[in-house]
Amino acid sequence: MKNRMINKLWLVMVIAVTAASCAKKLDLFPKNDLTPEKTYSTAAGYKSVLAKVYAGLAITGNAGPSGQPDIQGGLDEGSQVAFIRGLFNCEELPTDEAVVAWNDQTIHDFHDLRWTSSDPFLKGMYARPIYNITLGNEYLKESTDEKLASRGITGTDASDIKKARAEVRFLRAFNYWVMMDLFGKSTFITEQDKVGTDLPRQINRPELFTYIETELKAIDADLAPAKTIEYGRVDQAAAWALLARIYLNAQVYTGTAKYTEAISYAKKVINAGYVLKSGFPKLFMADNNKQKDEFIFTINCDGRYTQAYGNTTFLVHAPAGDNHDEFGVGSGWYGYRATKAFADKFTDLSGNTDQRAIFSNQSNQQISDLSNFSQGLWVKKFRNIRSDGLPSSDPQNNFADIDFPVFRLSEMYLIYAESVLRGGTGGDAATALDYLNKIRFRAYGDSYGSGNVAQLNAGNLDLQLILDERARELYWEGHRRTELIRYNLLTTSTYLWPWKGGVASGTAVDSKFNLFPIPAANRIANPKLEQNPGY
Amino acid sequence: MNLRKLIYTIGLPVFLTFSLTSVAQEKVITGRVADSTGKGVSGVSVFVKGQPSKGTSTNDRGTYTLSVPSSATTLVFSSIGYSYQEMNISGKTSADITLQSTSGTLNEVVMVAYGARRRADLTGSVTAITEKDFQKGVISSSEQLLQGKVAGLQITPGGGSAGGGSRIRIRNGASLNASNDPLVVIDGVPIESNGIAGSASLLNTINPNDIESISVLKDASATALYGSRASNGVLIITTKKGARGKMKFNFNTQPSVSHVGKTVDVLSGDELRAIVGADAVATGNNTYKNLLGTANTNWQDEIFQSALGWDNNISASGSIGKNLPFRASMGYYNQEGILKTNTFERLSGALNLSPKFFQDHLAVNVNLKAVRTQNRFANEGAVGSAVAFDPTQPVYANNKYGGYFEWLQADGKPIDLSTRNPLALLDLRHNTSEVNRLIGNIQLDYKLHFFPDLHVLLNLGSDYAKGKGNDNTDSTSATNYKTAGRFVYYQQKKRNKLADVSLFYAKEISSIKSRFDVLLTHSYQQFVTNVYNYASRSQYRDSIIPTSIPTFATDKPEYRLESYLGRLNYILANKYLLTASLRRDASSKFSPDTRVGYFPAVSVAWRLKEEFFKGSQRVNDLKLRASWGTTGQQDIGNLYPYLPRYSQSTSTAQYQFGNTYYSFLRPSAYDANIKWETTTTINLGLDFSLFSNRISGAVDIYKKKTKDLLSVIPIAPGSNFDITLLTNVGNMENKGIEFSLNTTPVKNSEITWDFGFNVTYNESRITNLLKQPDASFKGIEVSGISGGTGNNIGKFAIGYSPYTYNVFKQVYNGSGKPIEGLYEDINRDGKIDDADRYYYKKPAPDVLLGINTQLLYRQFSLGLSGHGAFGNYLYNNYNSNSGVLRAIKNPINFIGNASQSFLESSFTNNQYLSDYYIENASFFRLDNINVGYNFGKVFKNKAALRLMASVQNVFVATKYSGLDPESAADSGVNNTIYPRPRIYSLSANLDF
Repeated sequence: MKNRMINKLWLVMVIAVTAASCAKKLDLFPKNDLTPEKTYSTAAGYKSVLAKVYAGLAITGNAGPSGQPDIQGGLDEGSQVAFIRGLFNCEELPTDEAVVAWNDQTIHDFHDLRWTSSDPFLKGMYARPIYNITLGNEYLKESTDEKLASRGITGTDASDIKKARAEVRFLRAFNYWVMMDLFGKSTFITEQDKVGTDLPRQINRPELFTYIETELKAIDADLAPAKTIEYGRVDQAAAWALLARIYLNAQVYTGTAKYTEAISYAKKVINAGYVLKSGFPKLFMADNNKQKDEFIFTINCDGRYTQAYGNTTFLVHAPAGDNHDEFGVGSGWYGYRATKAFADKFTDLSGNTDQRAIFSNQSNQQISDLSNFSQGLWVKKFRNIRSDGLPSSDPQNNFADIDFPVFRLSEMYLIYAESVLRGGTGGDAATALDYLNKIRFRAYGDSYGSGNVAQLNAGNLDLQLILDERARELYWEGHRRTELIRYNLLTTSTYLWPWKGGVASGTAVDSKFNLFPIPAANRIANPKLEQNPGY
Repeated sequence: MNLRKLIYTIGLPVFLTFSLTSVAQEKVITGRVADSTGKGVSGVSVFVKGQPSKGTSTNDRGTYTLSVPSSATTLVFSSIGYSYQEMNISGKTSADITLQSTSGTLNEVVMVAYGARRRADLTGSVTAITEKDFQKGVISSSEQLLQGKVAGLQITPGGGSAGGGSRIRIRNGASLNASNDPLVVIDGVPIESNGIAGSASLLNTINPNDIESISVLKDASATALYGSRASNGVLIITTKKGARGKMKFNFNTQPSVSHVGKTVDVLSGDELRAIVGADAVATGNNTYKNLLGTANTNWQDEIFQSALGWDNNISASGSIGKNLPFRASMGYYNQEGILKTNTFERLSGALNLSPKFFQDHLAVNVNLKAVRTQNRFANEGAVGSAVAFDPTQPVYANNKYGGYFEWLQADGKPIDLSTRNPLALLDLRHNTSEVNRLIGNIQLDYKLHFFPDLHVLLNLGSDYAKGKGNDNTDSTSATNYKTAGRFVYYQQKKRNKLADVSLFYAKEISSIKSRFDVLLTHSYQQFVTNVYNYASRSQYRDSIIPTSIPTFATDKPEYRLESYLGRLNYILANKYLLTASLRRDASSKFSPDTRVGYFPAVSVAWRLKEEFFKGSQRVNDLKLRASWGTTGQQDIGNLYPYLPRYSQSTSTAQYQFGNTYYSFLRPSAYDANIKWETTTTINLGLDFSLFSNRISGAVDIYKKKTKDLLSVIPIAPGSNFDITLLTNVGNMENKGIEFSLNTTPVKNSEITWDFGFNVTYNESRITNLLKQPDASFKGIEVSGISGGTGNNIGKFAIGYSPYTYNVFKQVYNGSGKPIEGLYEDINRDGKIDDADRYYYKKPAPDVLLGINTQLLYRQFSLGLSGHGAFGNYLYNNYNSNSGVLRAIKNPINFIGNASQSFLESSFTNNQYLSDYYIENASFFRLDNINVGYNFGKVFKNKAALRLMASVQNVFVATKYSGLDPESAADSGVNNTIYPRPRIYSLSANLDF
């Protein structure tokens, strides 16, 4: 009896030890996440990663509207690492087109033109394009012909991925353009760099210009012809539009003007079949995807499926106050509005003649206190209301459906006209005038208004008119700072607007503010990054 | 050689030779063990010296009968709470002995890592607290038993919620981003550090009444056997066991009532009307004045209540038949919270069986604890709401939002970002949960028949917990009316399995005056969580809330740990003690290249008492200790930080191509080379006990150096899929002194007065945070505050304590009033910017203090205990957020209430980063006063009765202007908290 018991006991012990040894499996994988091998084993996996590369412009993380941010480092997901919101803060807030009432950290430094290298918003806006580029590089690494072949992806799947590769290269060039425009120099990484803790090198502005230019031309053959690919994806016209834009600013970026090239690429886009759609306000409403014949590239947002606090949702909440219903949302954030200097660009602010004047609070344009939202011109350009009267897709009216137009036909017209006036060849003044009149005709409701007030003649055509027309047509779309720098007006005393430089009447500031500083935190993490002059 | 082979090689001959083993000639010894009052002591181990196998334990009358080899000369008597004693039995057949109650002195048996030691034989820094020294009164979560009792241990309850948990820190923690919680081991089973869905604290699922002792292991020599989990110390919880003998019952019951001690000092309705009225005159703007109401509502009175609690426990211990000692207990604890709608209920059962077989060659110990806790969590947001809500408004109003007053827009809907009615937050939400937990283990201790010095030990354990709950909000609630209310169901299961196999060899070799023992163990532990995700619905479940649709219905995070460990204890001439140990851990959290770590420790002790004071009655013990060892930390939340992996986005994070929305696959940042952080600790200690143990205590000096800190640090943009990465970088240093003293100033036949205190000084400093040193590095921003967006108040900075505040230096006017927005230009560059923020104070205390005293007079007892912390500062986020006019005149058109701090500062706008809000939060809290009466025998001598009345949280002495200076947040950011109540309780304890 005893023996048997002991026998059994030993058996238990031996089993226990054996079980323990056999279970030595220490290589564990998460249940729901995928390894890279698994991710890229199907064409659907590639498309999911492609969607992420695009969505880096639209939302801030893997959960909408927030909760699994792409970029951490103590930055606020909603306000500091969102592409559209960051672009708005950098391009619009330092100018006559926008001021802010809030008190969040250094947000006032934008309009005051006194930002520093420790600015968290700038840290976020440096990180966002570079993050998007890192994602794109990963896609490019995993989608080479050899890798596709080794994974058995062939036929239309393979050719779509090849097209997508060109789109990813476009998106990489576009994100590098943002870096070139805002910071000048940039961290530089391509699909040749590996992921880990190696320190990437820095590329200077002219070299980056050449890189972007070369890339955009190199992908032309692989991109879909203009207006042939599904909505939201990039085609040849997008690459041309970006080329036109960088050529227009080449003097600023490289010191060498390229207006002839700007005309040439603007023309390519103009001739690709885009049209100005009737009813200017509809371009920025919840169902603006219907206006896609005017749009060359949009960042797609949706109130139900593509939620973030820093996409067009921001553009409808931030300028809304008690009048939030007019924006089609349930609440206002009581933050952003425009200065009187901008209001003065319009002869009629009511919107009854020039439909682009989508404003209110006209009687209270003067701002004596920046943090008082009731002062300033209220801007209602972006509205989460559908032009067809149907409800927008978020039943709670929190998140916007509006797609953000990155390139529109109007901009190409304006690039053409400005480049002609600045001495570029390959275009002519008569066409330039015609293009400007097209823009104004549409703006006045497919007419030139009573007494043809909107119609321009050759005598009106000058650079100041173009700048003002750009303000009227493209305000709040992320162009203003770049324009003012091209006209050398951002930091100088030539043009002052209320609270420029932090002074009610406006003041000139140091010319170093034509570039943003490289965030100090990044220079500590990567000693290869050099600071911009003056910071 | 692998362990399996080893056991085979030993086991087979054992089995073969078993039947050959003969029984030596024996004699029978009987006797009685009594305490100093002459009362029999049950459960005392009695065994032949050097042969623990030849042993038994005393019955409930304190008597024993033991058959011993006739050659045996000495018997050993040992029991937790009593001194260890030896007695010569040469030529005797009976041996009576009196044991000294010695808790707190040198001779008690102390639970240590993988075993038990006599306190006198300890070489490491270990403090064991047994039942009689536990904190008295209503204890909802077990760690609170230790409040103020142990030098170097800080227990900070998160707040006053019923069943709420605490932050536990031993020697202030060695980590930055990895957890600083100590490892908790219950009856030999290390438990999961993280909680479970539906439970405020995993430790509240252990009934404090079932706990016999808790050992706090502090230095590396004590903890290193737990290797990669030991850097922040270890708590070893041991539950009560059965003992052979007659059945004994214990019943105790403890009703209590809790009151709100102190509320936040906010403006009254009249004060607010005066301020808003004056402002309207000053600005000529009546917007806000028109929003004022006529009421004088004290919102805090509306949400708090006096709360009742009742704790009942019954236990039985004894022996079933002759050979099956057991202890069984049941507990039922029911506690209301002082915040309305908060309740906590715990039903617990525990069973211990400790039979022995084969002439005591096989000792079996089975522990089973089953617990069900049921919570109703109050919406603690109501506390913040109550201090921020306009006191001029009434509680109720005629509207669609449950009939509670709410701030409404012109269209009749609630203003999105306005403060919500505090009482509505409570009443219109029903958030309940149930957690079931079963912890069980079986320990086998088998002494080889042919070689009784060698034990084979097996410990199989399992900890299973299931949490589930419903968090429902009414459709009329202003917070959730948009989705027609909210119905949330959740569920989670955790299972932790343990298998330890050990060989233990103990031997005394008298010829060379040596005693030693060796332990070799193989340990395997697995932690699995089963997560179930559900979409939330509207209150009546008729529609799904789209943003809540989970990406995956289930998830199963898991990690495993496989370890080998060995330990040698060696004692020479009862004077020189040595302990050496080594653990090898392999963890699934790290890559095959980095997952193995070795954690050695060595300690020595010199018993000066035996060397210089042998036989002295004045010096009862004097021992010097020194230890060195290395431990690790790997508790980082992320279970797969080394793996490149892609994760799926949620349904609300998709991108549109054409007419289709595609969800994403996103690559996560990872560090393929990540490994655990390691802490090297040096400890010097002195234990002393003087004048018949009337004065005893210990001094410890320690220094901990942590390297390869698991830190989230900024990395070069573009180098990985984020701008920060969890990686091994940085060093931290911790040093301190601990001193504890227990005295008995008066002791005579009628009065005994005990007085003890402990005091700890600790200093922590980050010494490196970067891979490449950079003089211009300003540290990493931490300590996010509420108010504004993205504002941080503290930093991890080189040369400073973690979370040191980084603030602007406030400028004051001649009368000492702060000037709004005016700060000192620290770097004298003519402008005030980020570079002018300076390092000022820190949240961690310099000094911790614990005090206990007890006075016994005949049958009366009086006890007091308290604890304090000094040199700790808090950021008063409530004042910085609410102590401004802007808090009253909210820009989005409603009125809020302000902190009284506004009356002093008169700030219009928030000055979040001013050092004005960094306040000295040093405090002393009197935790408990209790008065007891011991009736002795009652009911015709059939039972013994004790009664006790106690008051908890009697008072707090502090300069801090906020509600409570004791903050469980490492960052020191102090907002309104669930106030800690003052609790009055009565307890009756009956033994029969």
